Amino acid sequence: MIEPLFSRGRILLWLGGLAIAIVLPLVFSKGFAVSLLCQMGIMVVFALSYNMLLGQTGLLSFGHAVYYGLGAFVTMHALNMVGKGGFPITLLPLAGGAAGMAAGILLGYVTTKKAGTTFAMISLGIGEMVAACSLMFPGFFGGEGGVSGNRVTGKGLFGISYGSQTEMYYLIAGWAFVCVAAMFALTQTPLGRMANAVRDNPERAEFVGYDPQWVRYLMMVLSGFFAGIAGGLTALNYEIVTAETLNAHTSGVVLLMAFVGGIGFFYGPIIGAILITIMQIAIGGITKAWLFYFGLFFLFMVLYAPGGIASLLTVQRRLWVARLWWPLLPGYLLVLPAALVSLAGIVALVEMGYGLLEQEGTGEHAVHLVGLSIDAASGAAWAGAAALLAAGLLLVRWTWGRLEVKWNAALSALQNPGGAA
Amino acid sequence: MSGVALRLQGVQKSFGKSAIIRGVDLEVPVGERHAIIGPNGAGKSTLFNLISARFPVSTGRIELKGHDVTGLKPFEINRRGLSRSFQITNLFHNLSVFENLRCAVLWSLGYRYSFWHRLAGLRDVRRQAEQVMEELGLAKRRDTPAGILSYAEQRALEIGITIAGGADVILLDEPTAGMSNTETEDAVALIRRVTEGKTLMMVEHDMGVVFGLADRISVLVYGQIIATGTPAEIRANAEVQEAYLGTAHAGDDGDE
Repeated sequence: MIEPLFSRGRILLWLGGLAIAIVLPLVFSKGFAVSLLCQMGIMVVFALSYNMLLGQTGLLSFGHAVYYGLGAFVTMHALNMVGKGGFPITLLPLAGGAAGMAAGILLGYVTTKKAGTTFAMISLGIGEMVAACSLMFPGFFGGEGGVSGNRVTGKGLFGISYGSQTEMYYLIAGWAFVCVAAMFALTQTPLGRMANAVRDNPERAEFVGYDPQWVRYLMMVLSGFFAGIAGGLTALNYEIVTAETLNAHTSGVVLLMAFVGGIGFFYGPIIGAILITIMQIAIGGITKAWLFYFGLFFLFMVLYAPGGIASLLTVQRRLWVARLWWPLLPGYLLVLPAALVSLAGIVALVEMGYGLLEQEGTGEHAVHLVGLSIDAASGAAWAGAAALLAAGLLLVRWTWGRLEVKWNAALSALQNPGGAA
Repeated sequence: MSGVALRLQGVQKSFGKSAIIRGVDLEVPVGERHAIIGPNGAGKSTLFNLISARFPVSTGRIELKGHDVTGLKPFEINRRGLSRSFQITNLFHNLSVFENLRCAVLWSLGYRYSFWHRLAGLRDVRRQAEQVMEELGLAKRRDTPAGILSYAEQRALEIGITIAGGADVILLDEPTAGMSNTETEDAVALIRRVTEGKTLMMVEHDMGVVFGLADRISVLVYGQIIATGTPAEIRANAEVQEAYLGTAHAGDDGDE
């Protein structure tokens, strides 16, 4: 069997992705939407660079924002230095990449000495250290206010000035496409494969001639490079970089993106980055309880879909190919409304709770939900919401119980295609 | 290359106060099939771990093909042509059979840490991995993750990873442990085939396998080699009879 890197299906997938990236800002052309798309593109690169460590090499990092943040700061300083012209802005994210890579070369040497829990702890420690430095050296990190610049002062390649957000989007999309392709290509090289081997069994890797420490280190350095490029894009996109880009919260978000998307699949973090960016900006714009929902969502994924969204999709696709998907559809259609009812109950409870906290002392108790105005101080509203949630959960349990039998049968049929049903 | 493949001089190993290997001297000529036998807890696996540098020796010297390799790292020793298998299966469990073997040949073909070669384009790597896969009889399981293979298949893959890189000194730690009679026969045939022309050192409990396969046998008892010789010599050795062979049929599956 041959393994073409550029099979027809794969080429179509890449071209399709590229086409979508080109067309998206034409469809969603509002300023808000284009900003959202920009943030997505940046996060896709960042989350994929993170998964080079977690999914591919088995390194759970709690400090990946360091490489992203340093890339952002260095790019911003570079922008301010070349501001008078000369170096094209288009290539400026490379400065971020170089910074991330340099940080990987220096810090990675310490962090990748060990794998497992030790690596996780050292990465956390280094992350805190660098975050502390960002407040100690205001000359470089700009203190509380951060460092800002103006991307339009320079000239881009082909005379593009990146004055508009849409032009900026295409810069991000271009870099993101190149980075995603490069990171994918890396998974198809000897180093990429040995990273998987080191993840699975570092000891055995040693006995086939590889130094697992060196494999981890190289992956760290390359991952730092891509994280730095993502940081550079952030700097150009927002024209301001604050200490928040390299703190533990940013490290946490990228972990969640990769995990929710699915660390076992190359494309998992892409899904995670896009989904969570949408949630962050879209839901975050509607409700103050966004982080609460995010936490709940993450818990749900860890408990019920630890392989992430990518693994859910992959199972559905395999069921579809094996012609086992259609019989499950009625079950899905029953579970879905039940889940929505539960979700409505949760949302009502959370929003009333947040509403009460927010309006404490004002005498106001009204919470506005999808056009409804609910009195959050009334016992009846709480009882109603709780009843909604309880009913929803019971319905989920009942409908899922009916689906589960079929689901398990379908899965075992998938695993033993020749076996008796 | 003729001469000595492996030479151990005064090798000792202690864990804390307990001495496990208490002075082992051994020479294995190039091309020999050498078996290490001994009762449970004699230190057979520890001896393998010292030779392959999984553990550092406490004192003593180990030479591989005439070069001192004492104190080197496992991957350095592997790069000098020594490869080992493990008593407890030690695979890349999430990777497919083919990927396991591919990982095992990459270094030996000179691709090192390359991130500029495309794996799929490396014909020599593919050919060698596929050839080993055929030899193991695992071609049907090419894309199956190693972690869900049957036990006998995992044991075969364990040997496959060990020999795939073309090392000329092979250490096998209980290759037939836990196998049925038929499986053992297959495994012995496999070992015979794939170690043709190579130096083989093996720890084995199955006396049928040992006496059928080995050119020479060393008997390790309580951290020391009490006898080395041809199967006939070992069978006739009174000390060995007393220390080991007489009780060998009492049933011994595990090792230290």
